[in-house]
Amino acid sequence: MKISRRQMLILLPAAAVAWESVMAGTPEDAPNYKMTDHWWGMLIDISKCIGCGNCMRACQTENDVPDGFFRTWVERYHVSDEDMTEPEVIAPDLCKENFPFAKEDGRKYFFVPKLCNHCADSPCTQVCPVGATFISPDGVVLVDQTYCLGCAYCVQACPYGCRYIHPEKKVADKCTLCKHRLAKGLTTACCEVCPTGARQLADLKDLNDPIHVFLKTHSVQVLKPQMATGAKVFYNDLDGSVR
Amino acid sequence: MSVFKDAGHLFRFAGLFVLAFLIFLVVRHLIVPKSFGEYGHYRGAAIGEIAARPVKFAGHETCETCHSDVADRKKIGKHAHVNCEACHGALAGHVNHMMGTDSQSSTQVAADPSLEKPVLPDTAVLCARCHTASAAEPKGFPQVDPANHYPGSPCKTCHQPHSPGMDAGGAK
Repeated sequence: MKISRRQMLILLPAAAVAWESVMAGTPEDAPNYKMTDHWWGMLIDISKCIGCGNCMRACQTENDVPDGFFRTWVERYHVSDEDMTEPEVIAPDLCKENFPFAKEDGRKYFFVPKLCNHCADSPCTQVCPVGATFISPDGVVLVDQTYCLGCAYCVQACPYGCRYIHPEKKVADKCTLCKHRLAKGLTTACCEVCPTGARQLADLKDLNDPIHVFLKTHSVQVLKPQMATGAKVFYNDLDGSVR
Repeated sequence: MSVFKDAGHLFRFAGLFVLAFLIFLVVRHLIVPKSFGEYGHYRGAAIGEIAARPVKFAGHETCETCHSDVADRKKIGKHAHVNCEACHGALAGHVNHMMGTDSQSSTQVAADPSLEKPVLPDTAVLCARCHTASAAEPKGFPQVDPANHYPGSPCKTCHQPHSPGMDAGGAK
């Protein structure tokens, strides 16, 4: 076969691209944990949350979250207006204090635990200019902190306010859904310590996971469904006033 | 006369182009991390690095392998679904000492769980976190007003924390 110089010039880049996809492959590293077997999310039952803050304290301990920053937090809603559209929302630092006393006034009170929704179509990963944040094959949105520039585009892009810039590392930081625990067959730190079972880790790919029975018999919602983020944190008993 | 009379200029230029392209490929190969693109437009090895971090909460299954007496007592009471570390805090270090694994270096040392023993929680503070009466708590959740419910006595004076009900022999 005779290839002209001109043909060579066209073929070289094509060959480089082809070789790259050959070299990439899809190996699985962890022996007992196959990422493609899982698709993680979480179920939050509003009617069970008592606002104790165990999840916040455990998250801070497990993940060395800096003081004053949160990967998960709990909001207390008090639907105090007649239209039920302007609730009073408070979210104190439960690592330091408890929720203030709530006086019975005939209006609705409830707690909303929040964390990264590990969106299947996440706005935060789409805006990263360097490929430092991504959705792992098991559905967890992660940050490669050795690659992150700290430009904070993702912090602005997250519609749920779940990201922050780490004050010392100066890179984006967020909930990893305790990826290091999932890989060892453990549940997340927040789910482990939740005393009422208001938080439950859910594997949406595992049909034996109790979430599938729960989803059949309950009406769950996600936060900001109008943003079409594919959020995988499902809320049961979510009030319409929650933003 | 051939149309390619001065083709030499073009060949020299093409040669330079090929050379520049090869240099680009080499530089690119050197600066792009090996695992970049393994699963997508990111460094695949980052997943393994994040997953390799040590855990701090051991998980109730781990606790129950040694403390089965507490697990049995808890099973019959109202706190059956409250996991150990919800009250006792993160105790993977305690387990590591039990197994004789050094938390820092992951090397084997003499097993001694007493080295990282959990602090006994103060029930007057701990129980109040969940059980202080407030209109915000879900209906039916057991709540007391600490100012009027035997003020000054720690909860465990009357309630066994692992099985706190006053009926069914749960109380002390």
